[in-house]
Amino acid sequence: MAKRIDVSGLTAYYGSHKAIEDISMTVEPRSVTAFIGPSGCGKSTFLRTLNRMHEVTPGGRVEGKVLLDDEDLYGTHVDPVAVRRTVGMVFQRPNPFPTMSIFDNVAAGLRLNGSYKKSELGDVVEKSLKGANLWNEVKDRLNKPGSGLSGGQQQRLCIARAIAVEPQVLLMDEPCSALDPISTLAIEDLIGELKERFTIVIVTHNMQQAARVSDRTAFFNLSAVGQPGKLVEIDETERIFSNPSVQATEDYISGRFG
Amino acid sequence: MSNATITPPAPGTNSLSAARLPRWSPYAIAVGAVAIGCAIGLGAGLGSQIQWGLIAAVLFVLGTYGIAAAVEGKRQAKDRVATSVVWVAFILAVIPLVSLIWETVSRGVKVLDVFFLTHSMGVVTDYEPGGGIYHAIIGTLEQVGLATLISVPIGLLTAIYLVEYGRGKLAKAVTFFVDVMTGIPSIVAGLFILSFWILILGFSYSGFAGSMALSILMIPVVVRSTEEMLKLVPNELREASLALGVPKWRTILKVVLPTSIGGITTGVMLAIARIAGETAPVLLLVWGNPLINTDPFQGPQSSLPLYIYQQYQNSGGSPAAYDRAWAAALVLIAFIMILNLVARGIARWKAPKTGR
Repeated sequence: MAKRIDVSGLTAYYGSHKAIEDISMTVEPRSVTAFIGPSGCGKSTFLRTLNRMHEVTPGGRVEGKVLLDDEDLYGTHVDPVAVRRTVGMVFQRPNPFPTMSIFDNVAAGLRLNGSYKKSELGDVVEKSLKGANLWNEVKDRLNKPGSGLSGGQQQRLCIARAIAVEPQVLLMDEPCSALDPISTLAIEDLIGELKERFTIVIVTHNMQQAARVSDRTAFFNLSAVGQPGKLVEIDETERIFSNPSVQATEDYISGRFG
Repeated sequence: MSNATITPPAPGTNSLSAARLPRWSPYAIAVGAVAIGCAIGLGAGLGSQIQWGLIAAVLFVLGTYGIAAAVEGKRQAKDRVATSVVWVAFILAVIPLVSLIWETVSRGVKVLDVFFLTHSMGVVTDYEPGGGIYHAIIGTLEQVGLATLISVPIGLLTAIYLVEYGRGKLAKAVTFFVDVMTGIPSIVAGLFILSFWILILGFSYSGFAGSMALSILMIPVVVRSTEEMLKLVPNELREASLALGVPKWRTILKVVLPTSIGGITTGVMLAIARIAGETAPVLLLVWGNPLINTDPFQGPQSSLPLYIYQQYQNSGGSPAAYDRAWAAALVLIAFIMILNLVARGIARWKAPKTGR
């Protein structure tokens, strides 16, 4: 199921503005990789290049290579739609489809792709909601609108929606930043379970969260405002938080800047 | 020691409280202003009640300021003046509307009955009583229906192009021409179709010719309102759908449009209401017909606004024709009102659910 991601020499632009420059890293399968770094350093941009969501933004373009188990996501004739079915994404703000019920939200990926058997749909929805630890809370109101749930439940609904299409990789862009500590804990527990099945990449501003949930941590930084963001280092989470090899990482983690 | 110099506030008073006018004071001032306005009008022998009303309105605003300034102070007085100006403006805006509806209903109900709705003007001349608007209702429904069938797909697709795909010069040009089209006078749209369809291509007068002119008027309204509604759909929903591996066209069809369908429907209904009352292009292209013609592609038809105009214009002042014109106007207003209610119903039914 889970796949390894190999990034080499990746540079991403918004129009003429270079957002991130020359990033190379490896994301291991069945593990959680956390991206940390100051705002505007290109963590989210980099995350979005991993499933070609970056080019959805007008003017967004990418140079370099992203290999998903030896397949280049940016190769010629690669269909971005197929890439996004393989590499799922959860966003910062919970965004369930407002016109759809809870059931339809989870089933949306399969239904809108048109590749499903009607008889299996119910099982897939139940499995995905159980996978997102939401089944017990919503099993009696699957036909109610998804927007009636609490913020934390909505975010887990979005995770269920993302895993329902059985991606290989799950990208999470600050999935807990709009949630209270209890909902955050629920999502973090969930991440721990999901890494058995998926390769997970998570962007977070919360250092403790990175330390709690991730196996490996990447630190991004930018030299000045307006300059492109760069990968400073990537290593085992324990090493990054105890004995990083670059001084800037230690400064950032311990709260000293400049 | 120094504590002794602080005088505790007297029981029941508060340094933050001040004199306030009672809650009923605006109504009292309004009643007083109207009474004085009427008294001045009667005393000075002013013939027009509009003048009485204006005097009352000015007195209401001035009186509010004076009384509030005397009791509450200047700041509250300004606040109350702003409120009273809003009320006066609201009433001034509502008076013409109410009087128009009152006039139409009171004059229109005279001849409005089932006979009137189900008979044409085939066997009565415009001078005689009798007859009805069946042919005009048929004409309006068919012409507006055809215009809607032409305009809604074109307008919807244009708006989708502008919001979801349009970049660069082409999108700017389309936006510009839609803006220009919004400002086309209806008679010009009628003349365009007249010269193109009837004079150059040689077709005859028909309901369909009218529909084409009406769709020229309708398309920009549909484009504009749909565009605004599509822009209201949060980008996060599009991204959520794209990130699930859904192609862009399905995202638009299954996520963006359903989310905004309520607003789009309202916009379409408003556009229909706008063209249902058009007379000029219909006059030029549909020509008018006292007989029932159910075929919009062949021969002249009638329509409600055209019927109203012709009853007024061609009857030489016959009271029977005036009654029919008012009744037709009432039917037209009711038709548009029903459309609006239907649109609101659909908008409410289709609106994104927030309930638990």
